[in-house]
Amino acid sequence: MKKQHSIMRSISAAPHIFWSVLFIVLPLIIVLFYAFTDAEGQFSFENIASLTEYAPIFGLSLELSIIATFICLLVGYPLAYIIARSKPEHQKLLVMLLMLPMWTNLLIRTYSIMAILDDGGLLNTILGTTMHIVGTKGAVIFGMVYDFLPYMVLPIYTCISKIDNRMWEAASDLGCSPIQVMTKVIIPLSMSGVISGVTMVLVPSISTFYISQKLGGGTFELIGDTIERQFVTGAYNVGGAISLVMMILILISIGIMNRFSEGDEGGIIV
Amino acid sequence: MKKYASRIYVCLIFAILYIPILTLILFSFNNTESTANFTGFSFEWYIKLFSDESAFLALRNTLILAVSSAVISTVIGTAAAEGIYRMKSKWLKGAINSVTNIPMMNPDIVTGVSFMLFFAAVVALLGIEDYDSIGFWAMLIAHTTFCLPYVILSVLPRINELGESLTEAALDLGCTPAQAFFKVKLPNIMPGVLSGMVMAFTLSLDDFVISYFVSPSNFQTLPLLIYSMTKKTVKPDMYALSTIIIVSVFTLLIISNLKSARKSAPDRRRKAGKVK
Amino acid sequence: MAKLIELKGISKSYDGEKVIDSMNLYIRDGEFITLLGPSGCGKTTTLRIIGGFEMADEGSLYFDGTEISDVPAYKRHINTVFQKYALFPHLNVYENIAFPLRLKKTSEEDIKRRVTDMLKMVALSGFENKSVSTLSGGQQQRVAIARALISHPKVLLLDEPLGALDLKLRKDMQNELKTIQQAIGITFVYVTHDQEEALSMSDTVVVMADGEIQQIGTPTDIYNEPKNAFVADFIGESNIIDGVMLEDKRVRFSSHTFECVDGGYDKNEQVDVVVRPEDVDVVAPEAGMLTGKVTSVTFKGVHYEIIVDIKGFKWMIQSTDYVEPEATIGLFIEPEAIHVMKKSKYSGKFGDYSSFSDELDQLSDVDTAEEF
Repeated sequence: MKKQHSIMRSISAAPHIFWSVLFIVLPLIIVLFYAFTDAEGQFSFENIASLTEYAPIFGLSLELSIIATFICLLVGYPLAYIIARSKPEHQKLLVMLLMLPMWTNLLIRTYSIMAILDDGGLLNTILGTTMHIVGTKGAVIFGMVYDFLPYMVLPIYTCISKIDNRMWEAASDLGCSPIQVMTKVIIPLSMSGVISGVTMVLVPSISTFYISQKLGGGTFELIGDTIERQFVTGAYNVGGAISLVMMILILISIGIMNRFSEGDEGGIIV
Repeated sequence: MKKYASRIYVCLIFAILYIPILTLILFSFNNTESTANFTGFSFEWYIKLFSDESAFLALRNTLILAVSSAVISTVIGTAAAEGIYRMKSKWLKGAINSVTNIPMMNPDIVTGVSFMLFFAAVVALLGIEDYDSIGFWAMLIAHTTFCLPYVILSVLPRINELGESLTEAALDLGCTPAQAFFKVKLPNIMPGVLSGMVMAFTLSLDDFVISYFVSPSNFQTLPLLIYSMTKKTVKPDMYALSTIIIVSVFTLLIISNLKSARKSAPDRRRKAGKVK
Repeated sequence: MAKLIELKGISKSYDGEKVIDSMNLYIRDGEFITLLGPSGCGKTTTLRIIGGFEMADEGSLYFDGTEISDVPAYKRHINTVFQKYALFPHLNVYENIAFPLRLKKTSEEDIKRRVTDMLKMVALSGFENKSVSTLSGGQQQRVAIARALISHPKVLLLDEPLGALDLKLRKDMQNELKTIQQAIGITFVYVTHDQEEALSMSDTVVVMADGEIQQIGTPTDIYNEPKNAFVADFIGESNIIDGVMLEDKRVRFSSHTFECVDGGYDKNEQVDVVVRPEDVDVVAPEAGMLTGKVTSVTFKGVHYEIIVDIKGFKWMIQSTDYVEPEATIGLFIEPEAIHVMKKSKYSGKFGDYSSFSDELDQLSDVDTAEEF
């Protein structure tokens, strides 16, 4: 009797649990199934084994997305800090300005920079030059930074704006110079924002295929492009294996990063 | 001096963020096909766009999909948040939260291909001949699924914050548990529910990657249309379409911000009065 | 004792509203001084100017004879215990206290010794590795004090440090703070709106209102010789009545001429007369200097609080003897119990108990608003 009561308490979660199992867990199990079978449906390690072939692509994706994430952090942290420390009425406006591009579709944003940077694009037309930008690593990295910068700034901004004003005063009262206030107190306290910003930039950059298609000018293949190509051409098994590996790598690194920030968060709640 | 430097910095970054979007808007009014040379002002591309049926169809599809997936995910997600809140087992809570968050953490492309394989399996198992016949439902399921964690994420903190006391008061005054939820709790968590719904709506509007892998040939959304337009040589009609999308998003965002600003304004005044 | 801190003509405005108006004050080395006043009187702003968190619009600030008006907070030998403590949540108890020493690159050995000593002083030995978020309010308070004292500042500023604690803990911490101050012998500048706290801890009390200093003095001076109606009302309970100074040592109020101990006023000068409720004796009507009708009696534990209507003015009297409501009683007032003050802008605003209960409600509102 009692037991039933405790299940009844949470009965309203039932549709969601049912939905999650059917549409989140099951599709992932199917990916797993494809990753470990061959085209005839026989169990096989071949797909996983063939992944070594794609190691350079993995490496390139990792390289470009880590550089892009790093630049986002470098550019975004000061921006988030400045916004968080500006007057409340300015803050509102600045946050809105930051969010407007975020709500603009990624395809549009990516295409708009391509139109500027392209060989016959606006930049070359205005300058009268023939710079070749699209198709370089730099262009792809710039695209990632441009598309995902707001995702870095927003969580850091939220984190800094929640830090009690007295932390600045307490730090300088106890003898911190303005630089030490940042390095000893504010940056450690905003670490959880930095970590969620890093994940929010790293995950979409590492898995993107549109940015590399447009700004890579067809000369690059990133891991997202590979997956897309496999599925468009019907090679589900290899595609499944690559997706699986990428998912596991990403979930593990998110897990590790969350573990890091959880240690801090216990304190930040207070 | 420091203030000056930080102002320049902020302006510079926002300039970089906005110049591409503004150029795109500018060239949507170009009177030639060029996207690099502005030769003259015209509405030519808008006229062309409005005479193109596929854009309207895509707009209609996008809105239908966004509204229905927002509503379904809000209903399921709000109920789930209440259920998770009442759950006693920490282990179960943790497990549900982890599974719920998978679509949020996973790269969109993985979620996309997992749905693609899933629906391929469904089609094969049920012996459905034409994927297009279930295409809309597949899109709806996919969109609802990736919206769900955001709804729960926005409702659950509200429920936690509200606590039990109001529900207990309602029960004490003679409400059944269901009445207590609908008459007392729901109105109080409404801001969270609404923001979850808005979030779900915009996520669905904006989604390209997952739709790309799930969409049937007979159900195209605006992001998919834009993608197909950029596959070929882009003409300013894609710019015109983008401009319309950007302007509507901006307008909505500004309206919602103004509204919330007005709502908080009387509060501020009251506080100022108290200080004096 | 030498002047350690001196404020000369300090003014500060926010959005055109003056919070501090050309304030002059000096603080002596080693004293426990309290800035006391209602919320919005400018006491916290004064403290923040001394601490270096705010810059004064006008005037100058001296520390040990040198002007420090433009010296940033981190270069001043002044530390602060903040309202709600401002402990660093990313550091544990030990690291919070060690924080100022680490900035100065003190040796690890030295840090350990000093932090351990400090923890012993604030009775928190054994709490080194605890996270500050797991501590109770009182314990966080002690960590904040230890952290502020560890680098041996010459002055400790305390901004309503006990505001968030419950009554019992508050009393204990009051004693403890006083003991610590006496043990290390440095200057404490304390800000509070709680008059009892101010009287029981301080060497010197500075009563502030509307951005101006109303009175500076020892706790006894402030209580016994309030300078104006505001101070008399803010510190303890007071009946404040309009009176006329007939000549030295003779004052007339409530249609009766009293003997008193004050002098130095003009002949027939209009004055405010303060009589503390505990200084009034209840006697038979015929033996009283004044007679009146009791309108309410409330039992307060140690005494009864009696409101008496004397010619339309409601007096508050504290007496250990019970009287019947509606009874007519006589009041007897000794010359020493009468304190005469010059008229000020606060005259007539305080000290009448006719709307007593309403006033109490408002007061408690303000209290809760400030504390939480």
